[in-house]
Amino acid sequence: MDIILEGIRQAFILLFTFDREVLGVTWFSLKVSGTATLISLFLGMSVGTVVALTQFPGRRIVVSLINTGMGLPPVVVGLFVTIFLWRNGPFGFLEILYTPSAMIIAQAVIATPIVMGISLAAIQQLPRKLRLQILALGATRLQMVLVLIREAKLALLAAVMAGFGGVISEVGASIMVGGNIMGYTRVLTTATVMETSRGNFDIAIALSIILLLFAYLINLVLTYVQQRERPR
Amino acid sequence: MTTILEAKNLKVIRGGSLLVDVPDLAIIEGETLSLIGPNGAGKTTLLQALSYLSKPSAGEVLFRGRVVGPDYGALEFRRNLTMVFQEPLLFDTTVFNNVVSGLKMRGRGGKESRQIARAQLERFGIAHLGERSAKTLSGGEAQRTSLARAFALSPEVLFLDEPFAALDPPTRESIVADLEKVLAETKTTTIMATHDRNEALRLSDRIAVMEGGRIAQIDRPSIVMNRPVDEFVAHFVGTETILEGAVRETNETALFVSVDGSVIEVVGRGRVGEKVTVCIRPENVTLAIPDGTAKTSARNTFRGRIGRIIPLGLVHRVEIACGFPLVAFVTTHALEDLSLKEGDEVAASVKATAIHVIRKGGG
Repeated sequence: MDIILEGIRQAFILLFTFDREVLGVTWFSLKVSGTATLISLFLGMSVGTVVALTQFPGRRIVVSLINTGMGLPPVVVGLFVTIFLWRNGPFGFLEILYTPSAMIIAQAVIATPIVMGISLAAIQQLPRKLRLQILALGATRLQMVLVLIREAKLALLAAVMAGFGGVISEVGASIMVGGNIMGYTRVLTTATVMETSRGNFDIAIALSIILLLFAYLINLVLTYVQQRERPR
Repeated sequence: MTTILEAKNLKVIRGGSLLVDVPDLAIIEGETLSLIGPNGAGKTTLLQALSYLSKPSAGEVLFRGRVVGPDYGALEFRRNLTMVFQEPLLFDTTVFNNVVSGLKMRGRGGKESRQIARAQLERFGIAHLGERSAKTLSGGEAQRTSLARAFALSPEVLFLDEPFAALDPPTRESIVADLEKVLAETKTTTIMATHDRNEALRLSDRIAVMEGGRIAQIDRPSIVMNRPVDEFVAHFVGTETILEGAVRETNETALFVSVDGSVIEVVGRGRVGEKVTVCIRPENVTLAIPDGTAKTSARNTFRGRIGRIIPLGLVHRVEIACGFPLVAFVTTHALEDLSLKEGDEVAASVKATAIHVIRKGGG
């Protein structure tokens, strides 16, 4: 019991004294996961919107693939990104394995289907006749898509939050393609794994508290979005 | 009379079935045309094809003589019109922003658009709701906002797709009254789909009755109501008594049609032996106690027995067996006056001018 209480006490000291190592790892996590989420936002939202608004043969298959992708196991992503970036792999010439870029790629691969799936659902859930109404008001196709995105903005915010939540808390891919190099590719999750295995519970708990805080903020937004209603 | 919108050989085919087939339809500038018909008759599909909200499968739409598509861009065309749906379909913003939204999309934002929006809010009695979120509106307020958003665009053609169907009767009545006033003021060319024939009668200059994607009849309301072209239209516009018969005799002004052994006199023309359908509207049938002395200007008086009496609110529907089944609408007052009950003997009269025959040829 003492070990836990002491760990928590130490963790708060680290947090409130703005420990350089803890802050550094947190900032780096935000940078990597934020960049990955931004990339997934462009890819996921555009593809999700297009799939939501068009009819084509095999659409159901595409939608089910996207939905499957939302639950992509990070270690599987880590494995394949590693293979692709391996020295004699197809993209080995880039020499980016065990760099932040590799982590961003892996996390973007994880987050994109999540953002895509939620955006698709968000646009599809708007009343079908809303599209006709927007066209009837004199909108161009582009204006129509922009208005639909604006109408679904909160659900799309949820997509971003879910994508970010998925990557900031994942450990498998980050450790595999990043290598947990101190001051270079070490993020909250990989640092927590390492500190725990070393028995440094104070830092591990401090890092976990930060992760929990992110999880809470993300869910706060998601809950708020879920409880909202659309006008008639 | 200028034709503003025209459809030629317009067809809409979805999933292999022909949903709309309109060889020729011309909308006159300033008129209000109602499309009536049962669910699935193609009213909504025709509105969407005419407005190019969904492209027709075949045929042409002409706006002021220009063919939409080749001569006239679909976007430019759409910017002359707008549509109000059954659902208000408001945007997730304030009432005021909803009303200006169409103007903004058409690149007419700015000060002038705000003045237009305010005037429309005023016109539909929702000026006090301007800053409210569209989410907080009642059904009636939301539909008023939707109408204000449409009229803010001063459309050359306004499409209404069952705009009142989701409203409760008092709200519907007040919005219909407002729309009637606004249409009279603005003289906006309007095409409205509805399955409520009373709404159609009240607002329209012409009514088109649709069945299976086709326009069965299009004419002035009084003609569609009293001179239906076929049994389907007759039934849909509220003709309760529709009888098959054959012309037995004719003279200069009238036909004598035999129906199940009874003879009905009708003002009109026909050939002896020709098969006809006799249409009698229930409000044109008057009832009396059969005492043999009752004088009436109606030449058709049939004695029979009352089958059922069904209260319908303002009137009672009385079913009479008089050699053929006849339906009459009688006011509650008249029913009490005559003290009629189910099973009573009654004399039912219809003027020969109030009966319509549909000629089916032959003979």
